[in-house]
Amino acid sequence: MPTLGADMSVGTLMTWLKQPGETVARGDIIAVVHTDKADVEVEVFTNGVLERVLVEPGAEVPVGTVLAVIREDGAPAAPPSAAPAPAAPAAPAPAEAGAHIAISPSARHLAEELGVDPALIEGSGPGGRIQRKDVEAAAAAGEAAAAPPPAPPPAPPTGLAVEDRNAAMRRAIAAAMSRSKREIPHFYLGQTIHMSNAIAWLAQENLRRPVPERLLHGVLLLKAIALALREVPELNAVWQGEELVLREDINVGVAIALRGGGLVAPAIHRTDQLSMDELMHAFRDLVSRARSWSLRSSEMTDPTITVTSLGERGVETVFGVIFPPQVAIVGFGTLVERPWISEGQVLICPVVNASLSADHRVTDGHRASAFLAAIDRLLQEPDEL
Amino acid sequence: MTTVKLTYREAVRAALSHALATDERVFLMGEDLGGYGGAFAVSLGLLDEYGPERVRNTPLSESGFVGAGIGAALGGMRPIVEVMTINFSLLALDQVVNNAATLHYMSGGQMSVPLVVRMATGGGRQLAAQHAHSLEAWYAHIPGIRALAPATVDDARGMLLAAVEDPDPVFIFEHATLYPLEDEVEEEPRPVDIAHAIVRREGMDVTLVTYGGSLGKCLDAAEQLQQDGIEAEVIDLRTLRPLDMSTVLASLAKTHRIVIVDEGWRTGSLAGEISAQIMESGFDLLDWPVQRLCSAEVPIPYAKHLEDAALPSAGRVAALVREMAI
Repeated sequence: MPTLGADMSVGTLMTWLKQPGETVARGDIIAVVHTDKADVEVEVFTNGVLERVLVEPGAEVPVGTVLAVIREDGAPAAPPSAAPAPAAPAAPAPAEAGAHIAISPSARHLAEELGVDPALIEGSGPGGRIQRKDVEAAAAAGEAAAAPPPAPPPAPPTGLAVEDRNAAMRRAIAAAMSRSKREIPHFYLGQTIHMSNAIAWLAQENLRRPVPERLLHGVLLLKAIALALREVPELNAVWQGEELVLREDINVGVAIALRGGGLVAPAIHRTDQLSMDELMHAFRDLVSRARSWSLRSSEMTDPTITVTSLGERGVETVFGVIFPPQVAIVGFGTLVERPWISEGQVLICPVVNASLSADHRVTDGHRASAFLAAIDRLLQEPDEL
Repeated sequence: MTTVKLTYREAVRAALSHALATDERVFLMGEDLGGYGGAFAVSLGLLDEYGPERVRNTPLSESGFVGAGIGAALGGMRPIVEVMTINFSLLALDQVVNNAATLHYMSGGQMSVPLVVRMATGGGRQLAAQHAHSLEAWYAHIPGIRALAPATVDDARGMLLAAVEDPDPVFIFEHATLYPLEDEVEEEPRPVDIAHAIVRREGMDVTLVTYGGSLGKCLDAAEQLQQDGIEAEVIDLRTLRPLDMSTVLASLAKTHRIVIVDEGWRTGSLAGEISAQIMESGFDLLDWPVQRLCSAEVPIPYAKHLEDAALPSAGRVAALVREMAI
């Protein structure tokens, strides 16, 4: 059972899309899993043959549980007489978000008491097991942040009603956002971006596209963020254990509001390398699949930064809450005409307010303002995007 | 308070003498008790003092004389039976399990068996595989009896006196290495509590739970550990049935780490029972898995170096604690 978010502890296997004996290839979808936040397609990362499935549809299992056995190409087939492998949880990697944390019972209670997040503590016991003294040291050092949110209630069973699904999503959001505000020292920067050039470029481009393929200004913003991240790489990262881990791929997560309430923020993989048309296509695809609860596991886990746009109803400025373990979220308000003073003249210009919420543990105002400035600069030269 | 220096052996003898002197229902029974004073010379001199009616030699028949003790107890006497070693006591287990432990229950409380049985237990004196085992856990398994393991001179005397006053069968396990142990005790014999464990040494870092012949080893280990800056708390269980887990858990709540040192074989041991009760009632207190140090699962060897290797030692207790990353 893959972990599809920092606060996921269990998932329900909905259906198998491949049967034992079938060949599978890297990138294939083999199953659909229900989590608090979405129905997610499980991809495989290896080529081979699906040898056995170990979890039946409808079963709710903890993250880390082995769902199936895939025999890789070239590996010998299991002898038919071999006993079936037990569906034991895979050995969890310590400190991985959502993974099992090895901690003694007494240390776990102490951590709760002292408000220390075990995920942020390095254990000194065998296999990295956290002991009381590690909790005490972390609390004393004041390095560890507040206690983790209580484990979300178990995911509702298969075939759940829409209300249940929404309630589960709300709980997941509550857990992630509470954790974020407890642990992450946010700071906020805002900048008004002059969009005349971008809008003019967009109008020109859209003249030669049929209506369904026309670009929205949002994709320009997405592309600008992706390229700006190359200049400020520490914002394209996750906070793991107690350190910043830079991510090579730039996978911008797009916050998508769902019709029944709630939201998801799946990734557009390698956002910086997509053309405008590819980006537009990817964005439309993501929105439609998010709203039909059919996102892929990697889309849920891979975002390296999130962008949220709330311009639809006239909001001008957004102050986002960072989605852990990411370290930044970019917000865009509505695209609106405003007076703009340039060289002593008052002009009427389309503008958008861009904001950045960033984790002060990993970056500072100076670097963060360079990021917003880069977005602004890139949007002034849309041809280069 | 006047004190007197006694050995463990003298302390048991003093208790026997006190019981004989103060309660005419009390008599002693066992192999070679009279002129020889018993295999460990505990009752030496008592025949001369109290006569053959009250200090009685028996044939080599454990089942017979333990059964006779049960009968005498049912008849209103307060017999104190000595069995030479715990290994030999197995011959009397039928009498223990099927009579001593059950008659009060099966008679609906009409009968009781105020019997005291004493025996030597444990290794360390090169007495080999038929005289040196620690089988207290077999007795601690039996509902209907009380099992005591005095580890100090004071307990050797006081527990025996309390046992004589008890209306139900009490089994006392005297570790064979303890008889020469010497200590200052109050001159006047008095019964002591036989329901609770006791903290023999206080410490914050780890709890050593033990009883009988292993108490001294644990106190020695605690001394060694103190030189490393580790403060070990040492608990003497004293009563093996019923177990006093409240004292153990209270200590665990302080130290969060526990080592059980038990000269019995590990499989099915008292240490195993204590571990299980900790898991049931003290799981949330643990900062480290419960550790056990027991005897090697072999017949206790005769050769000195092999016997030493088979039994728990202070060095091995200390080494185990040092591995606990305190």
